[in-house]
Amino acid sequence: EALVLNDPDFQHEDMNFLSRSERYEQALRKSALMVMKLREHGVADPDEIYWFKSFVHRGRPEPLDLHLGMFLPTLLAQATPEQQDRFFMPAWNLDIIGTYAQTEMGHGTHLRGLETTATYDPATQEFILNSPTVSSIKWWPGGLGKTSNHAIVLAQLYTQGQCRGLHAFIVPIRQIGTHKPLPGITVGDIGPKFGFDEIDNGYLKMDNYRIPRENMLMKYAQVEPDGTYVKPVSDKLTYGTMVFIRSLIVGDAARGLSKACTIAIRYSAVRHQSELKPGEPEPQILDYQTQQYKLFPLLATAYAFHIVGAYIKTTYHRISGDISSGNLSELPELHALTAGLKAFTSWVASAGVEECRMACGGHGYSRCSGIPDIYINLTPCCTYEGENTVMMLQTARFLVKSYNQVTSGQPVTGIVSYLNDLSRQRIQPQHVAARMVTVRINDPASLVEAYKARAACLVETAAKNLQAELNHRKSKEEAWNKTSVDLVRASEAHCHYVVVKLFAAKLSEVSDAAVRAVLTELCLLYALYGISKNTGDFLQAGILTDAQVTQVNQHVKELLAIIRPNAVALVDSFDFHDLLLGSVLGRYDGNVYENMFDWAKKSPLNKTEVHQSFYKHLKPMQSKL
Amino acid sequence: SVNPDLASERQTASFSVEKLTAWLDGGVENTRTRRAVVEAIECDPVFSRENQYFQSQNERYEAAVRKAVHLQKKMHEMGWTEDGPEYKYISRAVAGDVAFLLHRIFMRSISMLGSDEQIAKWIPLASQYRLIGSYAQTELGHGTYLQGLETTAVFDITTQEFILNTPKISAMKWWPGDMGRSATHTVAFAQLYVHGKCYGVHPFIVQIRSLQDHSLCPGIIAGDIGPKMSFEHADNGFLVLQNVRVPRENMLSKFCEVQPDGSYVRWGSQKINYFTMTSVRISLLLDEVILPMMKACTIAIRYSVVRRQSKLKPGEQEAKILDYQTQQEKLLPQLAAAYAFYFIKDYLQELFDNGYREIQKKNFDMLPELHAFSSGFKAVITQYCASAVEICLRACGGHGYSLLSGLPSLYTKILASCIYEGENTILLLQTARFLIKCFMAASAGQPVPPSVTYLAAVKPRKCPAKNKLDFLSPDIYTEAYQHMAARLVSSTAAKLQELIQSGVKKHDAWNQCTVQLAQAAKAHCHYIAVKNFAETMEKLETQAGIQKIMKHLCDLFALHGIFSNSGVFLHDGYISGAQMDMVTASYLDLLPIIRKDAVPLVDAFDFTDKSLNSALGSYDGHVYQRLYEWAQKSPTNEQMSPAYEKYLKPLLHSKL
Repeated sequence: EALVLNDPDFQHEDMNFLSRSERYEQALRKSALMVMKLREHGVADPDEIYWFKSFVHRGRPEPLDLHLGMFLPTLLAQATPEQQDRFFMPAWNLDIIGTYAQTEMGHGTHLRGLETTATYDPATQEFILNSPTVSSIKWWPGGLGKTSNHAIVLAQLYTQGQCRGLHAFIVPIRQIGTHKPLPGITVGDIGPKFGFDEIDNGYLKMDNYRIPRENMLMKYAQVEPDGTYVKPVSDKLTYGTMVFIRSLIVGDAARGLSKACTIAIRYSAVRHQSELKPGEPEPQILDYQTQQYKLFPLLATAYAFHIVGAYIKTTYHRISGDISSGNLSELPELHALTAGLKAFTSWVASAGVEECRMACGGHGYSRCSGIPDIYINLTPCCTYEGENTVMMLQTARFLVKSYNQVTSGQPVTGIVSYLNDLSRQRIQPQHVAARMVTVRINDPASLVEAYKARAACLVETAAKNLQAELNHRKSKEEAWNKTSVDLVRASEAHCHYVVVKLFAAKLSEVSDAAVRAVLTELCLLYALYGISKNTGDFLQAGILTDAQVTQVNQHVKELLAIIRPNAVALVDSFDFHDLLLGSVLGRYDGNVYENMFDWAKKSPLNKTEVHQSFYKHLKPMQSKL
Repeated sequence: SVNPDLASERQTASFSVEKLTAWLDGGVENTRTRRAVVEAIECDPVFSRENQYFQSQNERYEAAVRKAVHLQKKMHEMGWTEDGPEYKYISRAVAGDVAFLLHRIFMRSISMLGSDEQIAKWIPLASQYRLIGSYAQTELGHGTYLQGLETTAVFDITTQEFILNTPKISAMKWWPGDMGRSATHTVAFAQLYVHGKCYGVHPFIVQIRSLQDHSLCPGIIAGDIGPKMSFEHADNGFLVLQNVRVPRENMLSKFCEVQPDGSYVRWGSQKINYFTMTSVRISLLLDEVILPMMKACTIAIRYSVVRRQSKLKPGEQEAKILDYQTQQEKLLPQLAAAYAFYFIKDYLQELFDNGYREIQKKNFDMLPELHAFSSGFKAVITQYCASAVEICLRACGGHGYSLLSGLPSLYTKILASCIYEGENTILLLQTARFLIKCFMAASAGQPVPPSVTYLAAVKPRKCPAKNKLDFLSPDIYTEAYQHMAARLVSSTAAKLQELIQSGVKKHDAWNQCTVQLAQAAKAHCHYIAVKNFAETMEKLETQAGIQKIMKHLCDLFALHGIFSNSGVFLHDGYISGAQMDMVTASYLDLLPIIRKDAVPLVDAFDFTDKSLNSALGSYDGHVYQRLYEWAQKSPTNEQMSPAYEKYLKPLLHSKL
């Protein structure tokens, strides 16, 4: 950390004052430098690289993200040994800079709809790549617009007159040496976005562009010289990368929310406003119940998501061990779980970051608060790597499948095993009453049971409604569509349960008593706040009574007061360096106002005392009217 | 030619789009005027927004000033005056990025708070742009809590002047628009001191820049506060006052005055000084909040019938994404809310006009109600619209994040409205204070304003609905909202009482109930919005086709609210679990019905392509072509990137 933060080469003007071109240039300068320094210091461990990178770019995206995060890993995972020889070392040494071109203008999450074609020509042993329509132009890949000279392109493979589905191809796009686009390639930047100014997200159009047969990534599927297609052994393997990336997003969501909480909570301790008691000095705004009610549940959520992120990462590593030994049995469950959790955490975290920003009042809206940047960098993950609603529906598919398995008499295992209880309850005569769990609102374990009951109930409702639609002799797809709002609710309830469960389970692992105590408070707040925001579900399913809901609401407020004295310490524990937070409001030393003034003086509009617009527009107007 | 996917949506409209537009405008005549204004502005190249998404902060500021100056000329040319019928459509037509908005607020505060002599002196100068005004209230350390402002104005009896000072860093004026670079004058709010006694916050006209060369006046430090989440075109500024002297006559004195001998005289409530804010809150709702939300709905809904993704039936063409239930459930409730808020705006305007008439007669009776309603609705509507625009943005998948979709700038613009003119939570608590007061008064049998008489009638009751169709009755759901709002107000009042009786101090008890209080205030506004929608719709009897679709939207607005806040309706058993299932069923049944008219319903908002400025939302639906063409205009696509020569080339060719 100190290595990077103190390195003069990585210093630069505040990004907020730069134009988009300047920001791209700065980011690229640092990326280039970073790669050289990484090699110089011999840093090679992926986790260390990740930290190094996040300090160099202070958590912002950078133009080489796709090269490091997608191009190289895809080569490792899907290239044959021969291809590794040809491409990996040049790419490692950055003679080749690559990107990953999957999304098209017309299609994103629904991959089967991609339109780019790769047609095999046995005569020359080449693939002919084409973008047949406007909507098939590759659109959005990071680093494609200006930086890369190669791309891994996903295209529909045609050989011997048949479509074989999506496959990956290594495509040179710019001339080595001059960096000019190659003939047959049209490439450029897609223009300004909501954030991600440092990145040259690009477009790519290919017109009868030929690449040699050997450029198809052929570790699994293959096209032989005569055009014969050889199928891959299992299509589940591609799940691996997706699970991995989505697990990273859960971590990003946790980090983004933690940063925003750090800023908002520190600032709320510094800002004094209005009066609580007549005649006394203005209190810290963190003493207002409404402010605590905005921020502390988010703080608890940030802790919860850290725990979830860590859990998915370990589970992934454990299961990928199994995968390499050929055991794929746990993969579908993990895939379903990460899809849902990716959606759940990214939705909640980006809404939470906005709450934090608004809790900082007007100053939160200034770029100097740092929160606008956290938000615009975080919120696109609701869409990329799988649109959230579609993700929730994938999880729902798994839940319904598990439910059906239970109703057909076969118990399920793993995280959905609570569905087994449902069938046992159904045998009993009063089935609503039977669902009643005695909820003790001070006990995390008991709250886990309440969430479990809610998830079970909503999964059951969705599955039954789906069945009812099917009984109306609707097609499977139509019935699914007519039930999808219910299905998303079921998935959300399931994910919520998983988060509460993981949080509660973590408590027993904490050995320090004081730390355990404060984490228990956070865990209770997380669980109870979730109930108070979704009382309808708990009341309707008969899990809680009116009186209990009133108690829950009351206890949430009591917890706010209990957490208040530890609030700043709890965000200090996230241990974000000031440079990484990039926030005047969230400074560790709390000297907010002086530093805001200093920051504003650097604004480009302040370069001259009288702005040129005065001479150009104002003066002529005043003299004319 | 129109994209066939969009054209087909327009053929099946159940009502006449043109008639709905006219009704929304309040008559065919208004529609004609509005279109003429929009046409005149849009065909003028100075107002073009073509390059807006590619411009830097400096360029946008300059363009905003250029447009503002040109607008004066244009109005003169067209013969549009401030009290003419065209005036209210100008800001819709210019569609943002124009300077001197605060100049208008400067003028408004002088007309409202100034004496007749002050109005006679300053308003002509301002309307001829001899000076440019701003409105300096917020400070670095204080915003919504006005009593906490720290700028001081000390009366000097010997020279008959006020001496204005910024005593510490947190007292610096911070955020006022047009002040960073443009303004020559400002209305500065400061704590008034006479003979060492503080009389609270008062407004003073202060000159900050020279009228000759625009340099800063002696004792003034001012500048731009730096980049924000949006509003790149606006020069929000800071201001430091160091012993700045203004004559006694520069304190706005319609309602209070410091006389030459230093005696302080007041007519009416001191709260009247905040009256500018009440009026601004109401007038900003339409232009800055509701219209942007209507634009976001237009963009997202049109795009959702052009975008095809995945298949609903095997073997068929990919489906329009608006045919997916989840997409409908995202967008259609926002569309219904857009209509609901559009109608609430009229309701508030009427309330305000009545109140203003009374205030001019120095009768301040309506002020509390007016203040409570403008605060509550400002909070509820801005918050709702901000999240609605975000939903629209995300509903457009990846392309929503491109600035070229128009959605990010609509979103960031609306977000600011959640904070300026009063932080939303504080505003809700002000509404709550009014409601609690009225509830107590009503329970004690005292008279209360008609809008809150319902608070007196809280009884344990049950919703009478027997099947899902019953929930399509406005009486049934309006009643449910009324019950819920009354219950939340009364139970919070009871809780407050209980705390106070148990010995908790009043202010502590208040702070301990604020979460509930804010919830009660929201519930009240939600109830009024539903009731107002139902009443507006019922008045439409003469136009059957339009009434029918408005009824569907009203039902959807109401049921969506119950569906997404089911807990508060279930809580005391007013709605049972079985009834909640009926609500859900009725709610989901409405989606495919409104789906059929979704595109005509946004067409009726009648936004031109230029005013939407969106590659995704244009009337003809040629989304992909437009996205591709616009992207190529990006300055980043100048043939060679300078970064290549400087950084990439050495990287590519270095031997690592």
